[in-house]
Amino acid sequence: MVRGDRIAAGSAFLAAAVAGFMLPDWIISLATIAFANGLVVLGLIVMWRAGLVSFGQALYYCMGGYAVALIGRWGGVTDAFLLVLVGGLSAAGISFVIGFLLARYREIFFAMLSLALSMILYGLLVKTESLGSTDGLNVIVPTFLGYAPHQEKLIVALYFLVLVVCATAALLVGAYFRSLAGALAIPVRDNELRVEFLGMSVSRLIHTKLVISALLAGTGGALAALAVGHVDPNMSYWTTSGEFVFITILAGAGSVGAAFVGSLAFESVRSFAFAMLPQLWEILLGSVLLLTILFLPQGLGSLIERLHWGREAKAP
Amino acid sequence: MLNAFAVLIDGLVYAAYLFIVAIGLTLIFGVMKILNVAHGSFFTFGAYGAASAVGIYFNRGLPEAGGYLLMVVLAMALGLVLGLILERGIMRWVYGRDEVVMALVTYAAFLILEDVVILIWGPGSYAAYQPLLSAGNIEIGELILSNYDLGLIAVAAMLAAACYWGLKFTRYGRLLTAVIFDRETAAAFGINVRVVYTVTFVIGAMLGALGGAIMAPKIAVTLGIGVEVIVLAFAVVAIGGMGSIEGAFAGALIVGICRAATVHLFPQVELFVIYAVMALVLMIRPYGLFVRAQPRKI
Amino acid sequence: MSSPILSVQDLGKRFGSLFAARDITVSIPAQQTVGVIGANGAGKTTFINMITGHLRPTKGTIHFEGRDITALPSRQIKAMGISRSFQVAQIFPSLTVFENMCAAAAIGRAPKTLIGHVRTPLRSQESVAEAKTLLELFQIAPYRDSLAATLPQGIRKLLDIGMALAGAPRLLLLDEPTSGISIEEKFDLMQIVMSALLSRKITVLFVEHDMDIIEGFAERVLAFYDGTVIADGMPAATLADPRVQTLISGPKLRSAVGTGAHV
Repeated sequence: MVRGDRIAAGSAFLAAAVAGFMLPDWIISLATIAFANGLVVLGLIVMWRAGLVSFGQALYYCMGGYAVALIGRWGGVTDAFLLVLVGGLSAAGISFVIGFLLARYREIFFAMLSLALSMILYGLLVKTESLGSTDGLNVIVPTFLGYAPHQEKLIVALYFLVLVVCATAALLVGAYFRSLAGALAIPVRDNELRVEFLGMSVSRLIHTKLVISALLAGTGGALAALAVGHVDPNMSYWTTSGEFVFITILAGAGSVGAAFVGSLAFESVRSFAFAMLPQLWEILLGSVLLLTILFLPQGLGSLIERLHWGREAKAP
Repeated sequence: MLNAFAVLIDGLVYAAYLFIVAIGLTLIFGVMKILNVAHGSFFTFGAYGAASAVGIYFNRGLPEAGGYLLMVVLAMALGLVLGLILERGIMRWVYGRDEVVMALVTYAAFLILEDVVILIWGPGSYAAYQPLLSAGNIEIGELILSNYDLGLIAVAAMLAAACYWGLKFTRYGRLLTAVIFDRETAAAFGINVRVVYTVTFVIGAMLGALGGAIMAPKIAVTLGIGVEVIVLAFAVVAIGGMGSIEGAFAGALIVGICRAATVHLFPQVELFVIYAVMALVLMIRPYGLFVRAQPRKI
Repeated sequence: MSSPILSVQDLGKRFGSLFAARDITVSIPAQQTVGVIGANGAGKTTFINMITGHLRPTKGTIHFEGRDITALPSRQIKAMGISRSFQVAQIFPSLTVFENMCAAAAIGRAPKTLIGHVRTPLRSQESVAEAKTLLELFQIAPYRDSLAATLPQGIRKLLDIGMALAGAPRLLLLDEPTSGISIEEKFDLMQIVMSALLSRKITVLFVEHDMDIIEGFAERVLAFYDGTVIADGMPAATLADPRVQTLISGPKLRSAVGTGAHV
């Protein structure tokens, strides 16, 4: 990271932290969900840099959420850090297994297969009474390393939990992007054959990206479950995945911070539109997506990424 | 025995419905390489259009046969208009872009059209049961079947035959086959690819709307039907192989029968089974049953 | 003759009923420069594809430096010291020339574990140094910051071959290094490539349609016809072989003109 980026990231984090003490609860709640979803978007960015768009990321989001609901309910675990960790890891574990299959697919086939997999989970959840069927499950009120806040305090505590997790994830993903495995995303997208003949396994690179993005999505789902206090099968429905893809397109793959800014903007506009123009929300959404693709193709493609491809490293 | 027969009939009815919806999707993908999410909107418009028109028509006590005709004609007209607007207004600006990008553009169109439906028809739901009622039932052994369902199977079979014949024996069909096979060479040989695209997209849209109209009497026409239909159609098309007409046919049959069997035997897994079959097929044949992977030459 | 660096025994490849390669037995000593000739479809690229692990032979064995590499995955073969370039240059179009070379150099020296990949920086001092050296060696340093997608054909080919040379392979297979290059430029391009490779003292096998280039750069020629090697020897002798003349090169007069078609 160059110095300017570091300062920007640090001050953004500080501003977000200070805001946690000053802003009204409803804004804090909104930001909590937005940042939790931002983790999912960050995961999509990890894949997108390698040219992969998943229309089934909600699978991992939902896995993370249900993992939290289930172990909170039956495992007697209440610690938020532990719950989130388990949520993220269970999603990553599933992704590791199906990654052996999914890593062989590209482009539209990758999008469709990931969509099918997320719909399998949806179909299962909807029909499973013991998992709450279409009603879903309530999530326990978490504790934080022994601290057990309620009401307004809980909202603030969850916000800081999300903030800390997001900052950690942002730092780690940033480091990953600068590593060889992360930086090879663009070569993989450009020309897999060449990468393979230079001596690197493309399927392993992609498999790693799938697991990383599932870990992020599962963590996001776990945090969202804690913040909302409820999970239901819609977390796995394809429209949920579609929303994440939408935010990713808006955010662009250029930087780690874009995931969170994009997600925050999305949630803000959504709550505004729901209140003011409930009938026009999807028209608004669709138009923005359309305009982005038509007129800001760099948000979609190479331009922003190019600025960041390994340029942070000291110029020789 | 009765059970097996019931599964078969139910499966065929469901397959017929899936085929009608999927064929437009696979046609557009085959020719234009667009995974058209807005196909769900065509379906929705067809269903809403048919439902509201049928309601008005049958309430006036006009002859029944005309009601069926009205349903179909209206759906086709809606598909035509919608298809033209989408293709000329939006899609043509993104031709040649990444397949995923084109799919996202149709997703944007789908989102917009979801709200347009509410603006036109309101948030309430419609029922268009009259055609189903007036078609009556038929008893085969102990099984009571709806004539409308049997008609659905017949329509799907006719559509399949028409597509087959159209692609094999008409001039336009041969043009399409040429474009599907090799777009650039087709263009080099003087085929007007632009016109082929417009016509294909419009036909696909009309088929989607037709599917909605035909299904309208069998379902509650309500918000969100397009969302469900589109993923089902994706599954069918992915199983058969995207862009393949035979594939859509086979995929619809497989999904239809599988679903009917689970509904009768293990109702808990009804939704799950469709996507599980899809995942299974893709595991074995990544590009679907009727499409072969092309190895890259170096 | 010292023990061969590459030794191919009875190699064959069948696609259904078509024999793309059959009964190929060749051994190549270290540091030799071997030219491969043959009409399109004679099995030259299939031969390279089998050696580099892109195609799995249906028959026969391949040994490199005494080790059996038959049917290993291409990245493993690359790691053992065999690299290749392509008939159509395989580069990363959305990166600059320098970034392309850096990627090649970094992959070449990366550890083979996942943790290693995550811990290796893209631009270590060593890989940057190697990338710069290769740019100089292939005389494409002036294009350093151009996007690879915008490069002229000759530069693309040089970049492709340069990337193949990253990670210090001991055997380099060049599949038609001059294809797509105009006749006037071919010789200069080969001159750059060969002097670069010569300075690295590596073994080279290159496919070429232009008999003048073969005569100018190869120490030995393998002539392919119908999936197998019909002549193998010094260039002058092989090109004078009547079978080679009727089946591949044609009479001397036509060869210079004929090559233009083999793009």
